[in-house]
Amino acid sequence: MIKAILIFNNHGKPRLSKFYQRYSEDTQQQIIRETFHLVSKRDENVCNFLEGGLLIGGSDNKLIYRHYATLYFVFCVDSSESELGILDLIQVFVETLDKCFENVCELDLIFHVDKVHNILAEMVMGGMVLETNMNEIVTQIDAQNKLEKSEAGLAGAPARAVSAVKNMNLPEIPRNINIGDISIKVPNLPTFK
Amino acid sequence: MFSSLLLTMLLKQPIFSSFFYLYTGRVRNKKNTQQYENSMKPLGTVPVLQTSFFSQRMPAPIRLRELIRTIRTARTQAEEREMIQKECAAIRSSFREEDNTYRCRNVAKLLYMHMLGYPAHFGQLECLKLIASQKFTDKRIGYLGAMLLLDERQDVHLLMTNCIKNDLNHSTQYVQGLALCTLGCMGSSEMCRDLAGEVEKLLKTSNSYLRKKAALCAVHVIRKVPELMEMFLPATKNLLNEKNHGVLHTSVVLLTEMCERSPDMLAHFRKNEKLVPQLVRILKNLIMSGYSPEHDVSGISDPFLQVRILRLLRILGRNDDDSSEAMNDILAQVATNTETSKNVGNAILYETVLTIMDIKSESGLRVLAINILGRFLLNNDKNIRYVALTSLLKTVQTDHNAVQRHRSTIVDCLKDLDVSIKRRAMELSFALVNGNNVRGMMKELLYFLDSCEPEFKADCASGIFLAAEKYAPSKRWHIDTIMRVLTTAGSYVRDDAVPNLIQLITNSVEMHAYTVQRLYKAILGDYSQQPLVQVASWCIGEYGDLLVSGQCEEEEPIQVTEDEVLDILESVLISNMSASVTRGYALTAIMKLSTRFTCTVNRIKKVVSIYGSSIDVELQQRAVEYNALFKKYDHMRPALLERMPVMEKVTTNGPTEIVQTNGETEPAVLETKPPPSGLQPASQANDLLDLLGGSDITPVIPTAPTSKPASAGGELLDLLGDLNLTGSPVSAPAPQIAQPPFLLDGLTSQPLFNDIAAGIPSITAYNKNGLKIDFTFERSNTNPSVTVITIQASNSTELDMTDFVFQAAVPKTFQLQLLSPSSSVIPAFNSGTITQVIKVLNPQKQQLRMRIKLTYNHKGSAMQDLAEVNNFPPQSWQ
Repeated sequence: MIKAILIFNNHGKPRLSKFYQRYSEDTQQQIIRETFHLVSKRDENVCNFLEGGLLIGGSDNKLIYRHYATLYFVFCVDSSESELGILDLIQVFVETLDKCFENVCELDLIFHVDKVHNILAEMVMGGMVLETNMNEIVTQIDAQNKLEKSEAGLAGAPARAVSAVKNMNLPEIPRNINIGDISIKVPNLPTFK
Repeated sequence: MFSSLLLTMLLKQPIFSSFFYLYTGRVRNKKNTQQYENSMKPLGTVPVLQTSFFSQRMPAPIRLRELIRTIRTARTQAEEREMIQKECAAIRSSFREEDNTYRCRNVAKLLYMHMLGYPAHFGQLECLKLIASQKFTDKRIGYLGAMLLLDERQDVHLLMTNCIKNDLNHSTQYVQGLALCTLGCMGSSEMCRDLAGEVEKLLKTSNSYLRKKAALCAVHVIRKVPELMEMFLPATKNLLNEKNHGVLHTSVVLLTEMCERSPDMLAHFRKNEKLVPQLVRILKNLIMSGYSPEHDVSGISDPFLQVRILRLLRILGRNDDDSSEAMNDILAQVATNTETSKNVGNAILYETVLTIMDIKSESGLRVLAINILGRFLLNNDKNIRYVALTSLLKTVQTDHNAVQRHRSTIVDCLKDLDVSIKRRAMELSFALVNGNNVRGMMKELLYFLDSCEPEFKADCASGIFLAAEKYAPSKRWHIDTIMRVLTTAGSYVRDDAVPNLIQLITNSVEMHAYTVQRLYKAILGDYSQQPLVQVASWCIGEYGDLLVSGQCEEEEPIQVTEDEVLDILESVLISNMSASVTRGYALTAIMKLSTRFTCTVNRIKKVVSIYGSSIDVELQQRAVEYNALFKKYDHMRPALLERMPVMEKVTTNGPTEIVQTNGETEPAVLETKPPPSGLQPASQANDLLDLLGGSDITPVIPTAPTSKPASAGGELLDLLGDLNLTGSPVSAPAPQIAQPPFLLDGLTSQPLFNDIAAGIPSITAYNKNGLKIDFTFERSNTNPSVTVITIQASNSTELDMTDFVFQAAVPKTFQLQLLSPSSSVIPAFNSGTITQVIKVLNPQKQQLRMRIKLTYNHKGSAMQDLAEVNNFPPQSWQ
């Protein structure tokens, strides 16, 4: 099982953290720090596996990471996952991000952390690998984005208008409107709130 | 025009920009990555309606992108914190307003802050509201927030169950997908129970997008509530006929989980479902089929699926001849046909090897597998080398000789620069040590110990000690090896090494002169390595006469005078680098020398009296006692300071009969020396032990996890400064005639508790969820108003409970003291208990009541429970 997926940059700033096992907020941050500390001091030409730190739970767990330009992608996994398989999975993940963002760079991850989470959710679910076919992932993500967009466009307009009117909070609804010699009587409206 | 110019000017100062936006409610759109950083041109896009009214009332919250950009301008941590606090305040008030339009945006911002490590728990309920919304956009963020922010103990789970249930039956597959994903990530056991029916239904759908998610969700359900497994059994029937690889992959995961959890399921899938032939067929199709662009990863068709199938085959074939038979061929095919120029190929090969080693495979196949690992060891890719070492370590027990063939390559890996590889190589090297190669292997390992990083030294030293104890070809070699470890990695050696070594030296009677000379030489130049100095001091104290007599045949005997020996011991006493324990050793050694040396007794007397006023209490006490020995009890001194008898062999690492000597047989050591001068000195030494150790006796913890040998020999070791004596009763109650009365003052060595308490019945204070806690009672002998309660926690479930913490509270009229527990892990199946001692002072003899709080981790989730204990037996407090 994959226990956690972390992405942080060369300075240890988290860019994505997803835990599939329950840890308290403080522990999560500690894990990120500890993992960064372990991973960042390793040379480029050493292997991509590390015996887990103390926090992420004992000797059964391993850190499997890859370093791309400014980012570290770290998967914390237990012994039921193949080490080499996870390395390939990281590659698939990064390539998928690349397809979704068109030449992905750290800034994409910073500003679209929710999107990265959505992509990840199509790949890994509950700590288990869900889908490894890149095209399939991209198709599903695109379809969902389209769905979001359709809500934001014309179809969503009435809902937005209603909420805007609700938020108006006029001090009081005018009873009579007089423009020059035209006088309009406003009927009793049901209250919005 | 003017106003926009002003705007851009203002925005030159990035810190202001965000605040400006905050107040105007202006927002921007971003298209490409470049603009993330430099664009400061606002492209106001908020509907006109809102801007005009919002300026009076409340500004529209800034966008996520805006917030991120602002935070990135922060130059210090404090600045960042301040920005976040400000934004959090805005978000909170927006939440209070029950604002629906911007809830989604606000939660998204919260998630970002959460990632940076700021508290975001106040968004939990908002996530729920988003999930309940009709919009997909809201649901998407809501579910994401739920997965990240909610913890299992939240009451919101109940509400959540309802939402998920609705969404699982939604008409849009993506909404259903979100619900499945969330349930599969964070569903509590109650949620899983409630929603398992829906999951099962979706597992049978024809929609592959939902089916694969339902399969993984089912795995989560089974993990949380194992008894629901049966429910998914019918749905698994057709899973492997799927064409879609995503569904196949997740189905294999589901089947693996079921087979691993239940032996019945495993048998069912083996026999009734004929799972093996099905998997073999799929695997065959994968390796035989040509290029398929859909599933190709570096030229190999769906390596992920192949790896999963190989794993499942391993479970099915384990300890089962028929299944293993059925998969032999395909494993051979995979092992020979897989292209290994890329990582993916090696991943499959690696998995194949593990499967071959784990099932009951043919011998030819096993040879093939080990050879593949041998090839891996020579691979240039460090990752491949690493997995080769890992898997050789797994197989070394079953195929010892086959692994031995790669010994030289493995030993070479000790010199690798990569710590991960080094660690694996070290572990494997220790596993490969046997009677035939012990000399060569130890040479390599000692060399490794010399050059390796500090973090390896402790493990490596322990490994060498263990291996040397098991396979030592001769006593002399053994002592030499241990001495090498002490001199090279002295300060990293674990504490237990010192008594073990002392015992070893004591028992090799004919080596005493040699050993003491070597040790003396070793500390002559450098007495900073504490364990070495401790052993050396002990030996010099014991065998000082052999040292100065210079009667050592084996080596060039050194000429040492009594004064020189005392010089070095005194410098240990004075040195800043010496630990308190080490000084204790040195002082005792000096004292012992008073009966072994002839012309320096006065000097010894002087040293001892100096330390009678040492600020180190331990040292002072010893010195005062020794001083008394010189003055009042001088007639007993020679007997008390008699040489230690040969100790009984304590086997800590299994039977020692399996020691394989390398043709060099040892004379039976124990018989070479007559029993040490009768019983008297031994029992006297025992008493001394009581006197010295008495002050350190801590209250009895019945099953404290120390494995103290019950023999007198083991306890005699304690004489020399084993400070954690836990007051285990002395095995030979000393029939001492002339016990110096003043030495006993304040030092009680008798058991603290008497037998009156045996009459108090024990109770079960707590028994829930497989966790049982029993209380047993004792009355303190010294103070009758103190009740000593020993708790025993046991675990009847099938998984260990970890991080167990027991807390207790009593009413104000009592006083409570909790001693430290024996462990924090309660092993499963009642296979062990944790004990912890509670002392309750009850001066008014009121009825005892107690409230207890239990926290522990079980099955991956944190548990917490409160309980009140009112059923204390009257004897425990009256």
